[in-house]
Amino acid sequence: MSVLASSDCKETFVLNLGPQHPATHGVLRVKLTMDGEYIRHAEPVLGYIHRMHEKMGENRTWAQFMPNTGRLDYLSALSYNHGYVLAVERAAGIAVPERAEYIRVITVELNRISSHLVWFGAFILDLGGFTPLLYAFDDREIILDLLQAVTGSRLTYCYFRFGGVYNDIEPDFITGTLAFIKRLRERMPMYHNLVTKNIILIKRLKDIGFVPAEMCRKYGATGPVLRGAGVGYDVRRAEPYSVYPELDFDIPTYPEGDCMARYMVRLDEIEQSMRIIEQACAKLPDGPVMAEKAPKIIKPAKGDYYAAVEAARGSFGVRLVSDGTTTPYRLKLRSPSYSNLSLFGEASRGMLLPDALALMGSLDLVIPEIDR
Amino acid sequence: MISLALKSALAALAVNEAVVTDFAARGFHFDVTVAPDAVEAAAEILNLEGFFLEAITGVDWLADGQMEVVYDYNHSTTPGRVVIRARVSRATPELPTVSAIYPGALWHERETHDFFGIVFLRHPDLSPLLLPEDADFHPLRKDYTP
Repeated sequence: MSVLASSDCKETFVLNLGPQHPATHGVLRVKLTMDGEYIRHAEPVLGYIHRMHEKMGENRTWAQFMPNTGRLDYLSALSYNHGYVLAVERAAGIAVPERAEYIRVITVELNRISSHLVWFGAFILDLGGFTPLLYAFDDREIILDLLQAVTGSRLTYCYFRFGGVYNDIEPDFITGTLAFIKRLRERMPMYHNLVTKNIILIKRLKDIGFVPAEMCRKYGATGPVLRGAGVGYDVRRAEPYSVYPELDFDIPTYPEGDCMARYMVRLDEIEQSMRIIEQACAKLPDGPVMAEKAPKIIKPAKGDYYAAVEAARGSFGVRLVSDGTTTPYRLKLRSPSYSNLSLFGEASRGMLLPDALALMGSLDLVIPEIDR
Repeated sequence: MISLALKSALAALAVNEAVVTDFAARGFHFDVTVAPDAVEAAAEILNLEGFFLEAITGVDWLADGQMEVVYDYNHSTTPGRVVIRARVSRATPELPTVSAIYPGALWHERETHDFFGIVFLRHPDLSPLLLPEDADFHPLRKDYTP
């Protein structure tokens, strides 16, 4: 098989993980060259659910591509909505009313919490603990109900528009959101008591699956993977967009670079998202939720444009090339899990198979977003 | 922010003028078009400055008979986006790989080869990544018809 496999080792075998395997959370296949229980070489095989979103972008209008952005990362679809509208608004020079910006932030952060809750449940499930998933889904259900009331869908949102949002929020939504935050605040200590302090979990995660900052840089990994290696890079702070500069929040980082560090980053991010939502709800101004002058037909000036947002998994970027017509000339989607997974081959070398699955879970992969 | 030393080092590679772009309007800070042979040298300069590679992609300029390869670089501690571009002819779309400097480029270059048929010289494995394993078409070329 590989150079590694044939070098100093007596006997290796190839183990096929996936494409249908519970630990890959979707249709991902990993070709593993094993030396007993140890991984000599791991090669992810992608493309099983490739849908060519970038080609679809070239044969429909700018607005018609909106629903596609909700179908990349099905766990934090609103961040992808946000990245795309930001790019088009930048290209076409559309200003967004302040109330719409606040609504965007509130809904995106709710979506981030729900994404991290699913990851939390599924990750512990990978490690053999079933119960936390049920608790996490119990909390997530409330978020889905809240978001359904304003967006009309539960998972594949298409809520943002160029120049605002599709629908204003009701006072009930704010009351419900604040009640949910109160509830989740009370439940976070329970999560930590039930899971974080559990000795089995600590033994499975502590000092396992090192992804140091330099490896993140070489592979372009961002998000909780990078912050779990001690680098405090967050697009919301590095390239402030929307109303994030007006809100007070911390960027959790842990220097260890192991699975436990990435776990802690995400749990701390849930707390920070709750802080952001509370402030945004308090500051929410009155006014329209769509720009009055937003054009019905979008024709951005010739040229190329880039916009990035901090999605739940890292930096999501949209690169647009416009030729001045009603359809994009080229639309590139830079998805975070793609880069985060690309380091798996190097990071998993020499690891025990069960530890490598902990590493894979801690990367928080969403396959439709990798395959696009 | 992008240091003056870095700007002049990259500008030395540029085939036409390197442009300091308006971030609010365009979404990146510095835009350099280099010769196809110079993408490795540009990657080396950015690597020494601690930049990471966000993505590599292509654009097919059918009317010009050219294809453009776009490299997006960014920095995690002193944010500043640098765009490196190189244009190759559509007849022989070839340029060197930067994967020896940035292993993260391995997948991005394979994907760009899938979609555009651009060949990255000395890339260890250009077999289809996202397209089916027997794919011999390049769907993002503007003259592609399914």
